Amino acid sequence: MSWETLQIIWFVLIAVLWIGYFVLEGFDFGVGVLLPVVAKNEAERRTVLTTLGPVWDGNEVWLLVAGGATFAAFPEWYATLFSGFYLALLVILCALIVRGVGFEYRSKRSSMVWRRNWDAAITVSSFLPALLWGVAFANIAKGTPLELDANGNSQYIGTFWDLLSPYTLLGGLTTLFLFVTHGAVFLALKTDGDIRTRSNKIASQSGLVAAVLAVAFGLWTQLSYSQNAISWLPLAIAVLSWVAALAANRFGREGFAFLFSAITQGSVVIFLFCALYPYVMPSSIQPAASLTITNASSTQYTLTVMTWVAVFLTPLVLCYQAWSYWVFRKRLHPDQIADPSHGSLDLPHEVSV
Amino acid sequence: MNALDLARWQFGITTVYHFLFVPLTIGSATLVAIMQTAWYRTGDEKWLKATKFFGKLLLINFAIGVVTGIVQEFQFGMAWSDYSRFVGDIFGAPLAVEGLASFFLESTFLGLWIFGWDRLPRGLHLATIWCVAAGTMLSAYFILAANSFMQHPVGYIFNPVTKRAELVDFGKVLFQNTTYTTFFHVIASAFLVSGVMVVGVSLWLMMRDQSADAMRKTLKLGVIATIISGMAVMYTGDVQAKIMVAQQPMKMAAAEAVYETGENVPFSLVTVGSLDGSESYWSLDIPGLTSFLATGSWTGPDSTVQGINDLQAQYEQKFGPGEYAPYVPLVFWAFRAMIGLGVLGILFALFAAWITRKGRTPDAPLVKIAAAVAFLFPLIGISAGWIFTEMGRQPWIVFGLMKTSDGVSPTLTTTQALISIVTFTLLYGVLAVIEFGLIIRAVKIGPPETVELAELGDADSGRPLTFSY
Repeated sequence: MSWETLQIIWFVLIAVLWIGYFVLEGFDFGVGVLLPVVAKNEAERRTVLTTLGPVWDGNEVWLLVAGGATFAAFPEWYATLFSGFYLALLVILCALIVRGVGFEYRSKRSSMVWRRNWDAAITVSSFLPALLWGVAFANIAKGTPLELDANGNSQYIGTFWDLLSPYTLLGGLTTLFLFVTHGAVFLALKTDGDIRTRSNKIASQSGLVAAVLAVAFGLWTQLSYSQNAISWLPLAIAVLSWVAALAANRFGREGFAFLFSAITQGSVVIFLFCALYPYVMPSSIQPAASLTITNASSTQYTLTVMTWVAVFLTPLVLCYQAWSYWVFRKRLHPDQIADPSHGSLDLPHEVSV
Repeated sequence: MNALDLARWQFGITTVYHFLFVPLTIGSATLVAIMQTAWYRTGDEKWLKATKFFGKLLLINFAIGVVTGIVQEFQFGMAWSDYSRFVGDIFGAPLAVEGLASFFLESTFLGLWIFGWDRLPRGLHLATIWCVAAGTMLSAYFILAANSFMQHPVGYIFNPVTKRAELVDFGKVLFQNTTYTTFFHVIASAFLVSGVMVVGVSLWLMMRDQSADAMRKTLKLGVIATIISGMAVMYTGDVQAKIMVAQQPMKMAAAEAVYETGENVPFSLVTVGSLDGSESYWSLDIPGLTSFLATGSWTGPDSTVQGINDLQAQYEQKFGPGEYAPYVPLVFWAFRAMIGLGVLGILFALFAAWITRKGRTPDAPLVKIAAAVAFLFPLIGISAGWIFTEMGRQPWIVFGLMKTSDGVSPTLTTTQALISIVTFTLLYGVLAVIEFGLIIRAVKIGPPETVELAELGDADSGRPLTFSY
């Protein structure tokens, strides 16, 4: 295959990885943010967390592979983006660290101080990446201050604060509310009882906020920054699908609500990538410093090797990940959490409250 | 300290920390899989208890290993962007393959294993922990292939137009001798530390008379794992040393603080010397051992080991003026710590096997303390091994191709680096305290007295879950 074709393929594959990430960890983030709102007692909190239990780690791998694939296929993009957004990524990394540990450790002890602290940590560390991924993508779409250095490499010359602007914050709020709604829809699908009712209601409300934000962000992006008219299409799909998701949610059809919500999350990623093509990181100040799929890519040989790897492994991964969702397909009810105040690592003298 | 120094410290701190948990999870995942297999095949409840108990320890460690691994995937780009640009064409590929081939595997199947006790048929459930174990080893292979490229770059050409190293043979990167010897050495050492951990924990619980029957079985398993892996560590280490002499002679010279080229070079067990390592006042030597480790010959022309001064002169000629020796005292001592602490781990396992022979249970308080801390020896030994091999490669980030000082992100400011290193260090410190607290609790509680296994399909009928967050 020609080098040009491979570059397009890998641009698409990176988008696919981000679609997987938004669709899957999107609801993880939403569930984490909603934890204090949607669950009113210990049994409910543990039910909410257990819906994520078997899957959150696998969901997060989509991000790791997106990072690794960007490194392999577009090293210049990886280098410029990750070094440029240094402090923003530091915040995201710390949040992801705390979140993962929080899920695993939170219910190990019965101490309410212990559990409350982890609950707060999970909520904050779900909120921050949900917001910051939107900020990051908005910055990429808008273009950032990139300049060629003495060695001819594109370098980000702004600061952390330059990443925050009305447009990029709108992007952040958009992903935040999309993920929160996605999380609520997921909980309505995966639980029974009061959590289901509450989630359903929350999804309707946050879904409307998300709709307003997403339309505003989508139009702003399309009219001011998009490189291509074709990005109207995924934007339209995202909006229509969102309407369908909210309607399905209204009628209590949770399966469809989740499906359409997932289509919207994915369409948002497609929209952003369509708006960007053929750039991967446009410069707002020096056109020559813009990174494109051509000047950021690795060699034809590397892209060919990686394509073969992806062709063989991706279907396999999709199969077993889908299977794991199938295994855990049943709704959870708080009654199924035996002795919710008990911690599996309580010492004998610690009486559960 | 400037941004470069801070970035190096940060990489060192985050990576050494990450790799405290990684070997424990690699080895324990397989050992737990073996325990569960023993239960599956014999139906002996002792093995089930052991599986549940060591599985719990595994999960507490796994959590930290997973989340600190995310930092690894990102920090090449964040703090080492010029390095990422220079070798991205080669180095990115194994990282991406690692994610696709192994991170998905281990994370998905770990979820299935943890939550699947009452949802999967027993045979299938057993298969999930084996998938996790396979995932951890695959992951090690790909990341070590990437690291081996830094130690001994192969399968690439330098493109003078783009000033980048470009991949021309991925097979060479994946299957060069540096990669697979390193892989076997690292995997063997992971089993060594996990074996010693299992021996220590089992012995400690036996001495407290908690599930002593089950713990006697796991102790034996741990001893076997330690002895086999201990021999494998020594053998692979020996093979590695000889490869290292061929590929990075400076590292071997620094490991032995050999300044002058010579034959029949001794190995000093302990040396008192000047701080820069160039002069030794007193040392305890084994004649010819360094020569033997490096070349396979004790004496004669075949036993010639190149000295730092000679190599420095050669490299100056080849690469231009500069300092081509690593910081010798650190490399010298890290090499000894690696070997010594690993051997201590093996000795502890043999000692534990001896004092528990024929149904005996020791009761000396000192033995109990030794049982509790023994795993730290090989664990710190592994850290020392990494510090040795990474510091021993300096000043290079990719041997012979790129210097570490050229790899750091040009945009990285001292303030940024300071913020991130302080943040990571504090966060990792707090996590260490929390995780260690939980491990101690889990060990004190010990294996469950009885294990109730729900029937398949119970979870779906609305009955309580066997496990929940």
